[in-house]
Order: sequence, then C-alpha cells, then structure tokens
Amino acid sequence: MSLEDKKQQIIEDFSIYDEWLDKYEYLIELGKNLEAFPEEKKTEERLIKGCQSRVWLDSELRDGRLYFTADSDAIITKGIISLLVGVYSGCTKEEIVADDFGFIAEIGLKDNLSPTRANGLVSMIERIKELAGQGRQ
Amino acid sequence: MVEEIRKQFPALSARVYGKPLVYLDNAASAQRPQSVVDTWTQSVLAGNANIHRAVHYLAGVATEAYEGARDCVQAFIHAASREDIVFTSGATAAVNLVASSFGEAFLQEGDEVIVSLAEHHSNIVPWQLVCERKKAVLKVLDIRENGVLAVDTLEKLLSQRTKIVAISHISNVLGLVNPVQEIVAVCHKHGVPVLVDGAQGVVHEPIDVQALDCDFYVFSGHKLYAATGTGVLYGKRKWLDAMPPYMGGGEMIKSVSFAKTTYAPLPEKFEAGTQNFNGVPTLVPAIRFVQASREDSDVQKEQAAITEYVYTKLMEDKRITLYGTAREYKIPLFSFAVKGAHHEDLALIMDKMGIALRSGQMCAEPLMDRLGVTGLLRASFAPYNTLAEAEFFIRSLNKAIDMLV
Repeated sequence: MSLEDKKQQIIEDFSIYDEWLDKYEYLIELGKNLEAFPEEKKTEERLIKGCQSRVWLDSELRDGRLYFTADSDAIITKGIISLLVGVYSGCTKEEIVADDFGFIAEIGLKDNLSPTRANGLVSMIERIKELAGQGRQ
Repeated sequence: MVEEIRKQFPALSARVYGKPLVYLDNAASAQRPQSVVDTWTQSVLAGNANIHRAVHYLAGVATEAYEGARDCVQAFIHAASREDIVFTSGATAAVNLVASSFGEAFLQEGDEVIVSLAEHHSNIVPWQLVCERKKAVLKVLDIRENGVLAVDTLEKLLSQRTKIVAISHISNVLGLVNPVQEIVAVCHKHGVPVLVDGAQGVVHEPIDVQALDCDFYVFSGHKLYAATGTGVLYGKRKWLDAMPPYMGGGEMIKSVSFAKTTYAPLPEKFEAGTQNFNGVPTLVPAIRFVQASREDSDVQKEQAAITEYVYTKLMEDKRITLYGTAREYKIPLFSFAVKGAHHEDLALIMDKMGIALRSGQMCAEPLMDRLGVTGLLRASFAPYNTLAEAEFFIRSLNKAIDMLV
C-alpha cells in the first residue's frame, strides 16, 4: 500500500466512530496489538521528550526504506504511535520528509487529543521527521 | 445551598464535548465567581490607572481598591498589621522572594535549609537555587506510609546550622493537613523560622498567622477564586525588615541616586514594578466567597459527604491505590494510581466524559519517586462541587478502568 492509501485507510477507519470514547476504544485496540518492543531498547535516547507518558521510538533502514518500532507505558498514546508507525513504516526518507502529516488533523486527533503538552503527538511527529532527516543527501 | 453557589460561577455551566462540565481540577486552579469577574471588570473599566503616584482621580480609585485588598487579606489571615502583607504574582513568586532575600541576609556557607519530601517544586527549587548560591545544604523531612509528615524526626534534622524550614500546609498531591502548628513550635524551640506554603492550605483551612506563629505564609490568588497573577506573602515584621529587596525599580524606592539608593518602607519595599492593580482587588470578593462558603452549613455538609464518599470508594477498590490515606487530616483532594491503567489514559478518557482531572507528576517529582510512581491521577473538589458530581466521577472512573484493564 502506498503512503496515501495507508492514510486514506485510517481516515476511513476513524470516520466510522462518531463518539470520542469509541475512537479511544479503537486506539486502545491498536495499542494492544502493537508489536512488542524489546525492554533493552527502552533507552533514554529512544525516549521522546514532551509526552506525559513515556514513549520510545526506534527506526531501522532496510533497502532504502525506514521501519519504525515503538512503545509507550500509556495505552492511548501507544495507539497513536502505532498509527504513525503503521503509516510511515516502509516509506523512504524522502517520502516522510516531504509529508505534511495532515491526515492527523483530518481524523481529528490533533484538535481533540492534543490540546496540551499531555500526549506529545507533536513531539512524536517531530521525532519521526528527525529520524527520516538524518543522513540524507 | 450548593446549587446557589454554583450559580455564582458562570464557567461551571459550560458543556465540554456536549457533556456537562465536571470540574475537579480545583487544586491546580479554581473557577471565578461572578463577583470576582465584576470586580476585575470594574477595575479595568472604571479604575484603570497606575497606583500610588499620580494625583488624578482614577489613580485614587485604583490605589484605594488595591490597598483595600491589603486590609482584606490582613483580616482574612489575621496578620498583625497591613504592612506584613506583600502582594506577589503568586505563591511561587512569594517563595522565591523569601528564598532569595532571606537567603541573602541569613544564609552562609554550610548552613542548612529544611523542606519536606512532599513539597511542590515551587517550594523546593527556589531553595535549591539559593543553597547553591550560598553553598548551603538542603535537607529533607520524610513522610510516613500514610502520607503524614514524619514530624517526630524533625527534631533530629534540625541543627545549629538550620536557618529556615519551608513546609506546605497541605500537600497538593497527598491532600492532608500537615501539623504546621506543631512544626512551628518545634522549630521555634530551636530558634529556626518557618515558611508555610499555603497554596492549598488557605483554600481549605481558616488561617490565623499570629496564632500559628509562622514566620512566613504564602499563597496564590487563582486557587482561591481570585484573578490569576495575584498572590500573597505574609511575613513577620522582624524578618521583612531585615531582608534586602528582592527586585529593584518602581515603587520600592525612597530615593534614588548613583551614590546611594534608599528603599521604601514595607510593604512597597518588596513590590517592585507596576503592581497588579487590576488583579489584586479581586482578592476581596474571592475572600468574601470563601468566608461565606465556610459559614454555609449546607456547603460544609456537602464537602464532608464528598470527602467521605470518595475516600471510601477509592479505599475499598482493590485496583486503586490512594496516596495520603490518613483520614483524619484528609481534605477533598485525592491522588491515586490504578493497577494496569496509566494515569494519562484515564485522564484522557474521563476528559471526554466531561470530567476535568489532573494527571502526571503534579509538580512534585521527588514525592513521585518516593511513592515509586511515574505519575498519578488527581481529583480535587471545591465548595461548588456536589456529591452528585462525586458519584458521577466514581462511576466514570469505573467505566474508564473497564475500557483499559
């Protein structure tokens, strides 16, 4: 699936839910299903600052594409980072750097979930961009 | 009647996400009654002028409103004189003022300052800063399992080098009334002055600084239903006189020359710059509201019922760990952890149910470390909160936990 297709899929998935509590249920499910993140990888360098809960993000470059893994001690935050990991894993650095992350606003996450510094969505996005920006020509 | 009180607070009728707002973050900042809003509006529209100096009419109105608030605060905390009341931008600014000025005058290398483990960062960091500057030592009074300060160890902690003890009246996390009277007595026996951080205390307890005999008492206006950016430092005259000014400029001088500047008498000596003349007068209606709600037996009954109900529900739930469990000292402020559910998740979900809670470290990281948690969830109640809201809070909490665990 292309990056655009993946984003479209998530926008559709979210559009099913009118109620915010249902959207949370969905995020909680996503969080629970996120691939296990090894304990030894939960280092200070992989910790994203600016979140109330702890969020770790790691990336690996394979065949010119970035693959992300992540974890959080809070389940909704884990659901959010799982969304981001799902969308941006497998993209090239160029694709990520060029992306405007606008789909987050489209599913209402930015307005409804991140009114404060509480869950650090902005910090997560910044870290993904930062990882994609590293070592580019 | 609590319903009558609620009508005085326009913000409480708000709906959030289409649901009635249940505001339980009062320990962070309280809502404002209409009387406070009106006083602010009046000040801005009909009394807006810089105070003390100009001879024109509006300056007179503004000065009177500002100085009237000083008289009101003096009576409210029963200070010996109005000059003992210094207005600051809040409790944090007041602690910083004392730490800096008292430290400048009285702290030497090797001296000691004592704070408790359960302090808000605002009553830790200013002391760390001055201790660093003066090469003094910061010592820590521990807490017991039930959250009560280990006052029996205070005597051992005090030494010849102890210059001041800074302690909260009520911890913003544990919600227990500390035995400040006893702490002051023990410290004074050793000739050590005491600063009481009353940011939470002044909201819940009647204050008589002379009976308490504390040397300093500080609090913020915005937790006491007044405008934000207002705060009070009460200090005994002997200390305030002996302390150098904290900031320079504005109203705090007597005369300025490059050879020698002399300072204004108290309290202006500590009120450098343009005072918050729009905000400070709102302390008057705020204090009137507090006094009226304390005399209202319906409100008191409701508050007691809320405390009893929430305490019992949180204590009997095996999934929940309440911190600050000493029932006899408990105010309606509850910080707790839920097994298997992160405080941030609970706060996010309950927000969408219309309930405003605080989650996280609550500006008390050393206490969080001591309790072995990364953060907690906190519900703090005010006189305008009802038992029905407390019941809704508990029901919603159960629903949120079910979603997560």
